[in-house]
Amino acid sequence: MRYYRPTTTAEAVAALAGEAGTARVLVGGTDLLVALRHRTVEPSLLVDIKRVRDLRPPIDVESRAITFGPTVTMSAVAADPTVREWFPSLAEAALVVGSVAIRNRASLIANSANGSPAADTAPPLVALDASVTIASTSGERTVRLRDFFLGSRRTLCGPGEMVTSLRVPRPADGSSSCFLRMTRRRGVDLATVSVAAVVERDGRATAGLGAVGPVTLLGGPTGPVALWSEAEVENMVDELLSPATPIEDVRAGQTYRAAMLRVLARRAVLCAAGRRDAREPIRLTQEGDS
Amino acid sequence: MTTQDSRHSVRNAAVVPDELNEVECTVNGARARFSVPPHRTLMDALRYQLDLTGTKTCCAEGECGACTVLVDGVGVNSCLMLAAEADGSTITTVEGLGLDTPSGLSDLQESFLEAGAVQCGFCIPGQVVAAEYLLRGNPSPTVEEIREGMSGNLCRCAGYQRIVAAVQMTARKRSHHD
Repeated sequence: MRYYRPTTTAEAVAALAGEAGTARVLVGGTDLLVALRHRTVEPSLLVDIKRVRDLRPPIDVESRAITFGPTVTMSAVAADPTVREWFPSLAEAALVVGSVAIRNRASLIANSANGSPAADTAPPLVALDASVTIASTSGERTVRLRDFFLGSRRTLCGPGEMVTSLRVPRPADGSSSCFLRMTRRRGVDLATVSVAAVVERDGRATAGLGAVGPVTLLGGPTGPVALWSEAEVENMVDELLSPATPIEDVRAGQTYRAAMLRVLARRAVLCAAGRRDAREPIRLTQEGDS
Repeated sequence: MTTQDSRHSVRNAAVVPDELNEVECTVNGARARFSVPPHRTLMDALRYQLDLTGTKTCCAEGECGACTVLVDGVGVNSCLMLAAEADGSTITTVEGLGLDTPSGLSDLQESFLEAGAVQCGFCIPGQVVAAEYLLRGNPSPTVEEIREGMSGNLCRCAGYQRIVAAVQMTARKRSHHD
């Protein structure tokens, strides 16, 4: 294995193309170094892109969207005031990844685009209709994150390609979002179930569902719902959860996972609904509050 | 190709040395220059090439925090970072925290002793560095903030109460000095 630190995107994608399939992009390394240690990945080349000068900046706030660059860390995402205002669900997801020391290194793009069905930041980004730009020696293409995941750890980002930016459109006025996750223990654990809900001003909802299918799933969008009606909310939750196919694994049995998914989805919808038109700064949900 | 030949070529392939990467960085205020194979973690380079064995190897996969160091002032798990990535950076290990004091211990390290926060001691270097990082960003943390800020540092003696007390004690000392 060799270590290579290019200074331009062109050099980086040329290196990836030269050893397509066996070269790996290195950003935070918080997943990759564990995989290297266990030899579950054995790359021929590590392409460390942290000193590439022509990358998108970590956080670029525009009037209609925020674009994240590949080097943005979970800590930076969770601390950014515009992210917290526009995408509270994304800030909440970034805040539960690993520990402080891991969040100081872990890359948002690498977490959300690695294709793990349990990735914490993928459900909010799918619900918020984020899109990713993928670069290779033959140019760039942009795809919606909703279409990006093909299967567990399989995505549209193929050999010789890398994700160079992640764009999240500014949510419509009067909408808000919330992310909730269940783990076996607090901190440094993978999601047993996670749900991100986006609720619009008129009561329409969209959900991103984590760890309940081979990929991060999209639920909804539903039609407008009277959120004060328990029956209507239950019907909405049914609709949002219809794509879920929870299985049994080391973290939970199938029945328990399905039951907890329902609890989390209901809470996430009501939390997001309650945040709409918040006049005070939104208090982000910490794990364990719920 | 005979069996003998192919075995020979396999053996040759196995002994091709890794390409070495040059690393130049500042460690605890001093310039350091060394060469590392690409897979070497910062944790291993600190311990075995620079003899800074205060940084502990425990889980080596980011679960326990025993290897926590500051890289450019940011708390990270040195087991999850390649030594090659540290080129050009400024690193502080537990050995570097008390350099300016006569005792060689920082106020935070003294507080760990005073609070009786050290049992077997193995996790303590990581705990101390994580606490230093926390206090630099948040000089008067609540108990909840201390627990959250240090949730990546495990103590198998389960001495958490006194570790939290040591961090609170340091915060009080520092606020009186200001």
